[in-house]
Amino acid sequence: MNYIPNTDADRAAMLQAIGVGRVDELFHDVPMELRYPKLALPPAWSELDAQREMRALSDRNLDLNHASCFLGAGAYRHFIPSVVDFVISRSEFYTAYTPYQPEISQGTLQAIFEYQSMICALTGMEVANASHYDGATATAEAVIMALHVQHGDRRKVIVAPTLHPQYREVVRTYTQGMRLSIVGDETPGDGPGGLAGPEELAALCDDDTVALVVQVPDFLGGVVAPDRLRALADRVHRCGALLIAVANPIALGLLQPPGAWGADIVVGEGQALGNPLSFGGPYLGFFACRAEHVRRSSGRIVGQTVDLDGQRGFVLTLNTREQHIRRGKATSNICTNQSLNALAAAVYLAALGRQGLRQVAEQCYHKAHYAAAQIARLPGYTLLSGDFFHEFVVRCPRPVPDINRYLLHEWGIVGGYDLGRDYPSLAGHMLLCVTEVNSRQEIDQLAAALSQLDSSPAHVGQEVRR
Amino acid sequence: MEYQFDPNVRYAKSHEWVRVEGAEAIVGISDYAQHSLSDVVFIELPEIGRKVQQGQPCAVIESVKAAEDIYAPLSGEVIAVNAALERTPETVNQDPFGEGWLFRLRMDNPAELDDLLDAEAYQALVESEDK
Repeated sequence: MNYIPNTDADRAAMLQAIGVGRVDELFHDVPMELRYPKLALPPAWSELDAQREMRALSDRNLDLNHASCFLGAGAYRHFIPSVVDFVISRSEFYTAYTPYQPEISQGTLQAIFEYQSMICALTGMEVANASHYDGATATAEAVIMALHVQHGDRRKVIVAPTLHPQYREVVRTYTQGMRLSIVGDETPGDGPGGLAGPEELAALCDDDTVALVVQVPDFLGGVVAPDRLRALADRVHRCGALLIAVANPIALGLLQPPGAWGADIVVGEGQALGNPLSFGGPYLGFFACRAEHVRRSSGRIVGQTVDLDGQRGFVLTLNTREQHIRRGKATSNICTNQSLNALAAAVYLAALGRQGLRQVAEQCYHKAHYAAAQIARLPGYTLLSGDFFHEFVVRCPRPVPDINRYLLHEWGIVGGYDLGRDYPSLAGHMLLCVTEVNSRQEIDQLAAALSQLDSSPAHVGQEVRR
Repeated sequence: MEYQFDPNVRYAKSHEWVRVEGAEAIVGISDYAQHSLSDVVFIELPEIGRKVQQGQPCAVIESVKAAEDIYAPLSGEVIAVNAALERTPETVNQDPFGEGWLFRLRMDNPAELDDLLDAEAYQALVESEDK
């Protein structure tokens, strides 16, 4: 938007043009007593005083610039190059409304197209949409899409117990009233906590199955060899069902793209790509599928085309159908996307490039494995994870909330996720996450803190040590 | 508006047509229907082997203006679909009674043909609708 100043003379000319004497008259529909109500406010402060007060308040928060953090579980802290904020803060992009009219928005549409192209490359899929709200809603949209690919004739959706617990909840919420039975979460197996792996899940597949949803790396950080995933995909396809993979996009810098082992729809949380943790949102869900299913996909897609003169251009394609054409027959009510977050992801991926993303993934992997080895040596702690990416499960000698309180208050460390919240069999187990931003010093300090847990006082102080 | 009415097929009130060939029936949409829809961009055809019931929706036709259900004019089993429409859905606009056919049924009950209109009755229906 352009900045357009106006003077008193300009305002007078505009008022005259619309036949109004004073600006106040424009508000005559608002009752007088509501226009300037008396508010019971304390005396005004100077701006300087107000700033000091606000700063004092905000200084009482602990933020991740002043604490080391080993919490992941779906939201991940990564280094964000300055170019990301620089590009997305440009006024052409930084608006509450994303203009999609091709006549005025070629740059915006091109940016979304590039985002989609990079998501396709990462996931090994042929089509990606312009994004969903977050990983959980993208997963639910994938399940609904699979249902329609099967013409709504099938009723069973299998979800891995190691699919993010909140994603499983959102899938259940989104599919209420669709007469689906969502199974698989309770299936026992050989994984950490006695949870099912690909083989146990494959055994649940039958000719009533709509789709099977697995997460890679799974919620507990675990990584399964591609040949086992390929076998799972084969089994799912033999049943005539679709395989939905929920993937961590950073891990895809290192792992095989799910398209390579047979996934039909690949979705996930895109926050890790250039978006800050930001109290849990706004994030973006990425969503990609095989071209044969594109007509059943939800959300917006930007396509590349040529104009009358044969020059390259970009337009919204296919999916305005949901709102304008299919209406009552639409299979999703999504008619928006997370454009600014998707742009951040695109700039992040472009800035890092193929090699850069791989390096980030490798650093996450190696630092997490270093941390796991340090903690596994400590008396009282047991590492449960086998192959993992950047998160691992540790059995702890004390309740996880107690340990986290101790880590935060005594050491200024944000500890891991309490798996007992979601998995009764994993009570007393912590899910720890290490990324490229965790220094070796931070990891060693975490191990030292955990090793001194027993000598810590029973109750810990209120103030956080900086 | 002048529409074509193929005299050799029978019509459903929901604007599908049926051409009987022995125990089988070919199904399409009428010239009036394709005109009303305008440019067809996508057709969701039934799977081969699916059992359809007379009067029940069994396919979706999508144009730049609307998405409409196709109702099975007869009960039976789908034994073939016009797969060429996947790449060239505009054939439905260009040749609705010929190359633009949608699917082929093995009829369950040829007596259901009596529920359908001949070209003259269908033309009267269209003229009453198209005012």
